[in-house]
Amino acid sequence: MPQETNVFFVALSLLLSGDAALMSIVALSLKVSLIAVLASAMLGFPLGAAVALWRFPGRGAVVVALNALMGLPPVVAGLCVYLLLSRAGPLGEWGLLFTPTAMVIAQVVLVLPILAALSRQKVEELLGEYREQFVSLGMSRLRMMPTLLWDARFALLTVLLAGFGRASAEVGAVMMVGGNIDGVTRVMTTAIVLETSKGNLPLALGLGIVLLTLVMLINAAAYVIGEMARRRMG
Amino acid sequence: MTSLSIPDAHTIPDAQVASYQAANLSFDAVSFYHQGKTLFGPCSFTLTGAGPTLVMGPNGAGKSLLLRLAHGLLSPTQGRVSWSPARPRQAMVFQQPVLLRRSAISNLTHALAVNKTPRKARKPLAEAALARFGLIACTDTPARVLSGGEQQRLALARAWVLEPEVLFLDEPTSALDPAAIKAVEAAVHAFQRQGTRIVMTTHDVHQAKRLASDVLFVAGGHVREHTPADMFFTAPASKEAQAFLAGELIE
Repeated sequence: MPQETNVFFVALSLLLSGDAALMSIVALSLKVSLIAVLASAMLGFPLGAAVALWRFPGRGAVVVALNALMGLPPVVAGLCVYLLLSRAGPLGEWGLLFTPTAMVIAQVVLVLPILAALSRQKVEELLGEYREQFVSLGMSRLRMMPTLLWDARFALLTVLLAGFGRASAEVGAVMMVGGNIDGVTRVMTTAIVLETSKGNLPLALGLGIVLLTLVMLINAAAYVIGEMARRRMG
Repeated sequence: MTSLSIPDAHTIPDAQVASYQAANLSFDAVSFYHQGKTLFGPCSFTLTGAGPTLVMGPNGAGKSLLLRLAHGLLSPTQGRVSWSPARPRQAMVFQQPVLLRRSAISNLTHALAVNKTPRKARKPLAEAALARFGLIACTDTPARVLSGGEQQRLALARAWVLEPEVLFLDEPTSALDPAAIKAVEAAVHAFQRQGTRIVMTTHDVHQAKRLASDVLFVAGGHVREHTPADMFFTAPASKEAQAFLAGELIE
């Protein structure tokens, strides 16, 4: 018991002293996940809205695929991106394996289906409510898309935060394609795995506290935004 | 209405002369099926004159279907809906107003943007319409938190900025209190003076008496008669309308 208490205090002092190694790991984690989520949003939201708006052959299959990919095991995503980016792979020449860019790509593969599938759902709900008015106004499907995405903005922000949660908490994929290289591709989750196995429990716990705090803050933000939207917009 | 860039034109509509060219709506043996069941028709009629035309009938008679077929929200399974000489600019106000999750004024500027009104003209036009429908105090209020009556007035204001030649209203007052009903009926008169052709459904005989120029009576998915209002209320031709006006329950 005294040892664990000790570990906890060392972790806290590491955090409070702004330990450089720890801070750089936190910064890289945030950077990789933020870029991945923003890229996924720019692709995923229009994709989700398009699937909600257009009727085409194979639409059902696309919806099922998006829903299924929400639960894609991170190591499988990591493996696919690894194969794609490895020296012998189709994109091997780009030399992206074991770089932060590779980690962003792996996280996009994980987050994009979540954003697309959930935004498809939200936009379709809204479209059911708005359709007659839109047709009455003479709007094309393409014109409906920005209106629907904007009117679903609060729901989509929650979706975005869910995507960020998935990206920042994920370890398998970024470990495989990033390689957990100190100072280059080491993020919070991979560092926790490594430091724990090395027995450097204070640093692992310090990172764990940061990660947990981050996830809590994200969820609190999602809750507050949802409540605000309900109260303000009715 | 000539120019969209003159917002002042909206503040003095009463002085204006009706300037829209009348468009005639024809239903030619129109019927509408859903899942193998005939919900409407077949029926034929032509709407001419200045209106307002009130579509009357009991609940479930097919009034809303008729309006949606006329406005083009639904396509007839058989037959043809046509306009002569050309399809006019149209707008529709629904029983439950469908408002965007934005401020009141944004609901109007959005409609104007869809209508390809020049960006600079949108805000003044929207403000003029809000003022005309007594909503200027709610300009920046989210549309969804307005009262039922205010929401319906906002829906009317949205139709107003679109300057429709024909306006469809589907039971616009059925969920409102008397004061709000009065405001909606005043708006209907304003549209009428503007030269907008009104086609409105109601199941309220008194409301129809206050507004109608001619009555299209629908029961059981068929148009039973189309007669001038004074004749309809004194001597209806069809026995369904006679029963309806006598307060009987008809199907």
